[in-house]
Amino acid sequence: MEELKNTPLVDEHIRLKALMAPFGGWNMPIQYEGILAEHRWCREQAALFDICHMGEFLFRGDIVAAGLEEVFTFSVLSIPVGRSRYGFLLNDNGGIIDDLIVFRLAEDEAMVVVNAATIDNDFAVISSRLKGGEFRNVSAATGKLDLQGPLSREVLVEKFGAAIGDIPYFKFIRTTILGVAATVSRTGYTGELGYEIFLPADKVRELWELLLADQRVKPAGLGARDVLRLEVGYSLYGSDIDEATTPLEAGLESFVNFDKEFVGKKALLKQKQEGLTRLKAAFRVGSRRSPRHHYEICFEGETVGTVTSGVFSPMLGCGIGLGYLRPEVAAIGAPLTIRHDKVSMEATVVELPFYNGGSLRS
Amino acid sequence: MEAYYTKEHEWVKIKEGIASVGITDYAAHQLGDVTFVELPQVGKSVKQFEVLCAIESVKAASDIYAPVSGKVTNVNEALNDAPEIVNESAEDSGWMALIELTDPSEVKNLMNREQYDDYLRGLA
Repeated sequence: MEELKNTPLVDEHIRLKALMAPFGGWNMPIQYEGILAEHRWCREQAALFDICHMGEFLFRGDIVAAGLEEVFTFSVLSIPVGRSRYGFLLNDNGGIIDDLIVFRLAEDEAMVVVNAATIDNDFAVISSRLKGGEFRNVSAATGKLDLQGPLSREVLVEKFGAAIGDIPYFKFIRTTILGVAATVSRTGYTGELGYEIFLPADKVRELWELLLADQRVKPAGLGARDVLRLEVGYSLYGSDIDEATTPLEAGLESFVNFDKEFVGKKALLKQKQEGLTRLKAAFRVGSRRSPRHHYEICFEGETVGTVTSGVFSPMLGCGIGLGYLRPEVAAIGAPLTIRHDKVSMEATVVELPFYNGGSLRS
Repeated sequence: MEAYYTKEHEWVKIKEGIASVGITDYAAHQLGDVTFVELPQVGKSVKQFEVLCAIESVKAASDIYAPVSGKVTNVNEALNDAPEIVNESAEDSGWMALIELTDPSEVKNLMNREQYDDYLRGLA
């Protein structure tokens, strides 16, 4: 097995007595104080996440001539400068190689932000599809911290200036933080008002320490992040979506633009025509029991799917989860039974998001 | 009151033939935030080291084993709505069940506090 990679903050996590565990090839903090306390801090105050493991690529050139317009399921050309867009990199079968966000930095410049475990493969795939332009993997040199929570805006405005306070959802600014060029984006993975801050990796520790010195800010690990993202129904790559899953099966068609060409389009159109054999569904458990990855999903005594994500939701006070079902049983309100060994729990198919009370758009 | 411990990290305190049962501070810390306790049915008969009930945390689902044989006479219903009590006070307010002992000599199969502390040091 390949050796685990460390972020520039590994010593800080150890100093804070974080529980560390492997995630996507990285040695990451799962929790500090405790998953529920960190979850709550993010929903009520401002939580700081070390997200340096994620990948960043930079493109420079003519978007159309280089073929970048056909690489993803959305149009890069139509993203206004200063805005970002979420979507997919697909294979020929329409399977999801990765879910990612593209930031339009300038007319001829874009930053692609990808998942940690998929950095090398994504870079190879995108490079092979480009016919021109300059394309660089700047993941190692780029640090990323996420500050998420209802107080994140006032914290950043006080420290780095009023301009951050005016960034709308899915927009970003390029500014100077700690004397270096940084990108501050109003995006995140928690359902709360929040920001993703990109800056040189060698400045991450200074920013981490500066933010944590503020009493409104506490560190949060990947454990809390998983609960936060699932409460608002976001998919986790590698669990809920993967190369064997299409955006249609995952219920994420709204991030696919069929009005343009992209790799995988043909397969998706075929799938649309033939109909889906499985569909991602969200379900809510009727008790405090947690569904967990790989638990069986049953409908009227028959196994109809497996759980891809499941947690106890502190906001709802019950178990919640995602899984793939035969489309005919994935209707809202359908009664399910989630099983594993001798554990059994009743659940109901519900609409996403599970939790809608966050400060995301405030 | 005599207190005994199992290798699976349950504790049992025995007073006048009634055993109160729970999990140790060590176990609660290992589990992390407890989100659900499946209490046993009152009246259920259990044998020593058989499954008594179940517990779930944000990290894992685990069984809890009966440290002694007997009949469940009462359960800590406060845990239904506030399972976090187990994290706050595993070896006191976080008790799970009372068991009427059928065989008091079974404690010979358990560890006392000193032995359990030695056992924990061996796990570290």
